[in-house]
Amino acid sequence: MEETTIRQKKKVRARNLILHLHPPMVPRASIRFTLTFGLGGMSAVLFILQVFTGILLRFLYSPTPNDAYDSILSVENNILFGQLVRNIHHWSGILFVIITFLHLLRTFYTGAFYWKRRWNWIIGIALMVIVIFSNFTGYLLPWDQLAYWAVTVSTSMLNYFPGIGEQLATFVRGGSDVGAPTLLIFYNFHTAILPVTLVLLMSFHFWRVRKNKGVVIPEQEKSEMVPTDPFLVSKELVTALVLIAFVLLLSIFFDAPLRERADPAFSPNPVKAPWYFMGIQELLMHFHPFFAAILIPVLFLAGIIWLPFIKFQKPHEGIWFLTQKGKKLAVTASLISFVGTLGAVLLDEYVIDFESWLSDLSPLLSNGLIPFGILLIILGGTIWLIKKRYNPDKSEMVLFIFTFLMMSYVVLSVIGIWFRGPGMVLSWP
Amino acid sequence: MKIQKQHKEKLNRRSFLKRAWAWLGVIAGIELAAVAFNFLSVGKRKSKHLNPALIKSAGIIESIPPGSVIPFKSGHFYLVRMDDGGFLALSLACTHLGCAISFDGSKKEFICPCHSSVFDMTGNVLKPPAPRALDTYRVFIEGGEVKIDTSKKIRRRGFSIADLVYA
Ligand code: HEM
Ligand code: FES
Repeated sequence: MEETTIRQKKKVRARNLILHLHPPMVPRASIRFTLTFGLGGMSAVLFILQVFTGILLRFLYSPTPNDAYDSILSVENNILFGQLVRNIHHWSGILFVIITFLHLLRTFYTGAFYWKRRWNWIIGIALMVIVIFSNFTGYLLPWDQLAYWAVTVSTSMLNYFPGIGEQLATFVRGGSDVGAPTLLIFYNFHTAILPVTLVLLMSFHFWRVRKNKGVVIPEQEKSEMVPTDPFLVSKELVTALVLIAFVLLLSIFFDAPLRERADPAFSPNPVKAPWYFMGIQELLMHFHPFFAAILIPVLFLAGIIWLPFIKFQKPHEGIWFLTQKGKKLAVTASLISFVGTLGAVLLDEYVIDFESWLSDLSPLLSNGLIPFGILLIILGGTIWLIKKRYNPDKSEMVLFIFTFLMMSYVVLSVIGIWFRGPGMVLSWP
Repeated sequence: MKIQKQHKEKLNRRSFLKRAWAWLGVIAGIELAAVAFNFLSVGKRKSKHLNPALIKSAGIIESIPPGSVIPFKSGHFYLVRMDDGGFLALSLACTHLGCAISFDGSKKEFICPCHSSVFDMTGNVLKPPAPRALDTYRVFIEGGEVKIDTSKKIRRRGFSIADLVYA
């Protein structure tokens, strides 16, 4: 008698906790795995893994150029499971960026980003940016050659910000070069400011999902409800456990990289930015830095922030790729963009050289505005052709452009990560 | 009539106080922001006096033959002595994205390993993507000794003859 009431009480308490996040009943359609793939939930799980392993590492790490590298070595060699904890932090940090990005794609392609979901899209973009910068600030901390030069190259891009570039780079580094102040600044952002901001924004994000009456589903499927516990909760648990098992396996078999101690007088060849900035670094091989590192990324970010404010005529909510036509357009965009981006990179590498053809002009024109303008014209032409051939509605057209640009960034990243060898010349991996 | 007036006055006082609080709040906010900014930019603060550790000595003039390039990796610069005897201290950092350049003695050129910019002995760009000549540090001669002040990088567009320091 006594026994059962205690157990019941525990169950009620557990349920209360769940009901802080979820309503008691959810539409059956909303818990279909292939609608969301559980990607948002996975991001949250990865965040918890990062906090847990990060706190452990923080007990042993010391944020000065003299001691940082040694403290990492000591974690790896002198601490029981030290290497494993570092590996988990490394791999789930990478997965965090990838999964969050896939989650962004999922909310886009299921039409979950406009109308009442608009603000969650905006908060989501803020989350994406912070997740990337969390990874980036962590990248410097081991203070090895990889970390030092990747951060030198990435922060140097700020120099090309018009007007205030030099001050901006100096401010971010706390000096004219990457050094002790930079390490301290990055450490503070990595272990305090960014995680706290993430927690605040994530709470807001989850609250908005609930306020929107759950995730996006087609209008006609809204009536059939099932109890959250066990239907949704069991799926969430399984997803989380499979993900954690996957991270553990990765971390057991693959060690996080650690190169030689940072040497400010010697750059290894090649020096590469962290992988999620490789698309931008690849752009740098083709454009003036102001275009590659400032203008194009800023325009892109502004574009995706603006997306939910476009006036769409018809709702296509809760269906992957919106419509039959949308599916076709997504495939078409991916193909054109894949071939086009690859072709443009090869052309620019081996044939085109505006900089010496137009050597009288400032590089800002010859290596910036002119090639950028040509690309815009080509993109505009493609859009016009698509309009004539497929007659898409507004949301399908947006889907086409978005897919085109995303594919382009993926191709650029892949080239930068695997197909650039010493001296940054194109080569096989 | 009288009551109404009093009432009005009271409201005025209240709204005045409210406004005063709001302004105090704004001022406090600005103060906090200024303190925070000051904390954050502490790394780049330069002391008024020259830090002696940032002055590097390259030895006496006669020990450096004209037409030579000597790396001072700890000071983050190359000391160049031109054929005519003029001195120039070039920063190691490539002006493209900050990688450390290395000197190719046979060609008398500086090469950046990152995106293969090339610079000549005066620091001028021979091959982009680097957008401008290498930064320099101030060289001065004290008691027959060549000294380099590494506390401040000097930006320039290209080389000018005034950059050279003679004994
Ligand atoms: C720290 C990173 C993030 C976490 C932990 C997170 C978490 C979540 C969770 C748990 C959901 C519920 C549905 C699902 O699981 O798919 C959700 C929904 C949503 N997220 Fe995120 N998210 C993150 C980043 C982003 C990003 C980068 C975007 C896009 C810019 C985004 C946009 C959205 C939108 C629009 C919804 C509503 C989807 C719907 O109602 O169908 N989130 N998020
Ligand atoms: S950093 Fe030297 S060429 Fe790019």
